[in-house]
Amino acid sequence: MGAAAEPFLEVEGLEKVFRIRRRAGRLRRERVEVRAVDGLSFTVPRGEMVGFIGPNGAGKSTTVKMLTGILAPSGGRLRVAGLDPSRERVELTRRIGVVFGQRTTLWWDLPLRDSYRLMRRMYRIPAARYRENLDRCTELLDLGPLLTVPVRQLSLGQRMRADIAAALLHDPEVLYLDEPTIGLDVVSKSAVRRFLADLNSERSTTVLLTTHDLGDIEQLCERVLVIDHGRLMYDGALAGLHEVGESERVLVVDLARELPPISGLDGARTLRTEGPRQWLAFPASASAAPLVGRVAAEYPLVDLSVQEPAIEDVIARMYAGRTG
Amino acid sequence: MRLLLLYSTVLRGGFRRYATYRVATVAGVFTNTVFGFILAYTFQALWSERPRLGGYDEAQALTFVWIGQAMLATVALMGGGFEEEFQQRIRTGDVAVDLYRPIDLQLWWLASDLGRAGFHLLGRGVAPMAVGAFAFDLALPSEPSVWAAFAVSVLLAVLVSFAVRYLFALCAFWLLDSHGVSTLSTLLGVFFSGMLLPLTVFPGSFGEAVQQLPWAAMLQVPADVLLGAREGGDVVAGWGFQLGWAAVLFAVGRAVQALAVRRVVVQGG
Amino acid sequence: MVEAIRRRAAVFLWGVRAYGFIAGMWVRSTLAYRTSFLIMATGNLLTTFLDFVGIMIMFSHVETLGGFTLAEVAFLYGTSSTAFGLADLFLGTFDRIGTRIRDGTLDTLLVRPVPVLAQVAADRFALRRLGRVAQGGAVLVWSLLRLDIEWTAGRVLLTAAMLVSGGVIFGCVFVLGGAFQFWAQDASEVQNAFTYGGTTLLQYPPTLFARELVRGVVFVVPLAFVNWLPALRVLGREDPLGLPGWVDLASPAVALVCCALAGLAWRRGLRAYRSTGS
Repeated sequence: MGAAAEPFLEVEGLEKVFRIRRRAGRLRRERVEVRAVDGLSFTVPRGEMVGFIGPNGAGKSTTVKMLTGILAPSGGRLRVAGLDPSRERVELTRRIGVVFGQRTTLWWDLPLRDSYRLMRRMYRIPAARYRENLDRCTELLDLGPLLTVPVRQLSLGQRMRADIAAALLHDPEVLYLDEPTIGLDVVSKSAVRRFLADLNSERSTTVLLTTHDLGDIEQLCERVLVIDHGRLMYDGALAGLHEVGESERVLVVDLARELPPISGLDGARTLRTEGPRQWLAFPASASAAPLVGRVAAEYPLVDLSVQEPAIEDVIARMYAGRTG
Repeated sequence: MRLLLLYSTVLRGGFRRYATYRVATVAGVFTNTVFGFILAYTFQALWSERPRLGGYDEAQALTFVWIGQAMLATVALMGGGFEEEFQQRIRTGDVAVDLYRPIDLQLWWLASDLGRAGFHLLGRGVAPMAVGAFAFDLALPSEPSVWAAFAVSVLLAVLVSFAVRYLFALCAFWLLDSHGVSTLSTLLGVFFSGMLLPLTVFPGSFGEAVQQLPWAAMLQVPADVLLGAREGGDVVAGWGFQLGWAAVLFAVGRAVQALAVRRVVVQGG
Repeated sequence: MVEAIRRRAAVFLWGVRAYGFIAGMWVRSTLAYRTSFLIMATGNLLTTFLDFVGIMIMFSHVETLGGFTLAEVAFLYGTSSTAFGLADLFLGTFDRIGTRIRDGTLDTLLVRPVPVLAQVAADRFALRRLGRVAQGGAVLVWSLLRLDIEWTAGRVLLTAAMLVSGGVIFGCVFVLGGAFQFWAQDASEVQNAFTYGGTTLLQYPPTLFARELVRGVVFVVPLAFVNWLPALRVLGREDPLGLPGWVDLASPAVALVCCALAGLAWRRGLRAYRSTGS
């Protein structure tokens, strides 16, 4: 078990500076330096599943591009499975899997099965292992009926599942996922999450997950990295992030009839009411169960749901908590 | 009235959009100029052997070359107009969304393509023509009325070119390989428009026939107007020829589109 | 040193193999829609001939053009068109690199264990592009039947070498043009001046053109080595610049130099992309 403690992703003082030429005036152009990643350091041990979050433009995708060897860093040290991604990009490709979210790695005009066959030949996957992996992904991600369909005809959710399978055919040691559940319906979302959880526990694949959906993190990741302006703002458990930022979740309850705002529940306050529906805020670090129990005991409860706080809000509160 | 305003907005949008591709414009001018030189030298050799070939003297023949290069992008003989985007929307099925909009699909794309053509006439037409006039002795007219007649003829040429490209683009509803269709369209356009060789040089009844095809309306007719090979009543006849083809091809385009739409509705994309 | 060369060779061979199976997949998927493919292939083949019909029309008015007969021009046309067709068949989709940079799909190629050059080149491999090779070949054969050339072993070898090195030189122009787009993504049309423009230029005798232009394609952009110089030797004619005779045989060497330059430019371009990511 000694191997598990050894860092698998090592990032130390990582920097990426872009020089952009911007128009200043009618003809004049000026050069501007943008520090997209600015001294980022963290390590991830083998087999861990880490959430990687931050506002848009925080430097997440630039970091992932450097981790995958697409971009060369401007400074700092970077190791993935002991390799330097920029220098040893080709060697590294066999050991990593990448899902780009918005862009598919599949061939737009080819049937899904043909895309997978190409992957098999590119990664030189032994036939038996290929079949085993494909069968497994096909079953768990419900791809069976899609194998003969050209990729361009797949829906967003179908394509995301297809892309995840494509990234796993060669048994990568680490999987980078960029917004894997964005735009997916509830069913697809939970299927993807369940699949990733199994993957991590059964094959101990290291997973780095970029997302805007705190639900993904809550259900999958024990650890979150928050970055903003290219710097690491937080490294720890999601619950801790909630504490730092004192963020709140919202319990939406539908009562049998219109009632005055619910009050007197410890740790919860009513945000607003609208007919029989009421919104109750409670600390994100607390469990919803006791609150639900008490509401159900004291009020005629018909239906309920829990809203996660938006990542931007959590981060904004985190700043507020630090300075205030 | 509101619709007119909408289409004029689309038209201006088309103009502005191509105006932002500055590097592409410079690259295009460069390529047009290189082709202009290659063709001009071959025409020079041909006309020095056979002066008055096709009814042009050498200066007129060289002018024909540079008119062709100046108009190549405007009438989109080698593609590069709205059709790529249109075919993309057909392929992805986004066209179904367009069909539900309260606008006419054909007129919408026409407005956008007219805007593009307007920009290409200025951005990609003037520079090659200037280089050509600098390097060779050209026979450009000095009367403003001839230039005005030429301008009308260019506008009509764009209409015909649009209608032809619209038809080819609609093939994407049935054929998988839209790149193949574009290549086909380009090869036919370059040969039958007179870009390769003026249609008046084509021999015998074949020469007569090719001058009646729609592609003749895209380059041969406007070029003849500017070269003074068409004058007075012949200019009006030329316009009529262009307008006639534009009307026919627009109608055919609408009919084919109706068929294609039925197919989309039935198959659901 | 030896080890480095062996590694390079292994990467190259792997790239060629990968090109093969990616292209093969595209061919198979095209053939799945046989009717569509057949219509396109025939249509393209027939319409490419229109290009040569233009030259035949010219010769319906004159006996010679720049001192060359129709059969001789057809020989130039056939060699230029075949060489260009080969390059277009194998590397014709290279001009899409700018689009790939703009929409970010180039990134997906960088995380696969196959040389990016091979992936870009094999993408959308279209068998219908064989039409141009077939047309060029047909014109070439037609010209050989009409030309009165004494076919020595040397001339046969020279012609074969000309077609192969010509294809390679044009291929290098495609790669160079693609590499150029790493810096100027919208400039894909410049490439057309050298590819389509180049093949058009080489279809006509060099005697038609200004000496500066001929000098330019000998010394600056070495397109004259695609067919002009070796073809003039086969046809038994002097080149208009009066270059030494061994230059006519230099095409394979020029092609090799072009490969080195194109490879270098491509690596530079990819490196620039990987440091700017734009």
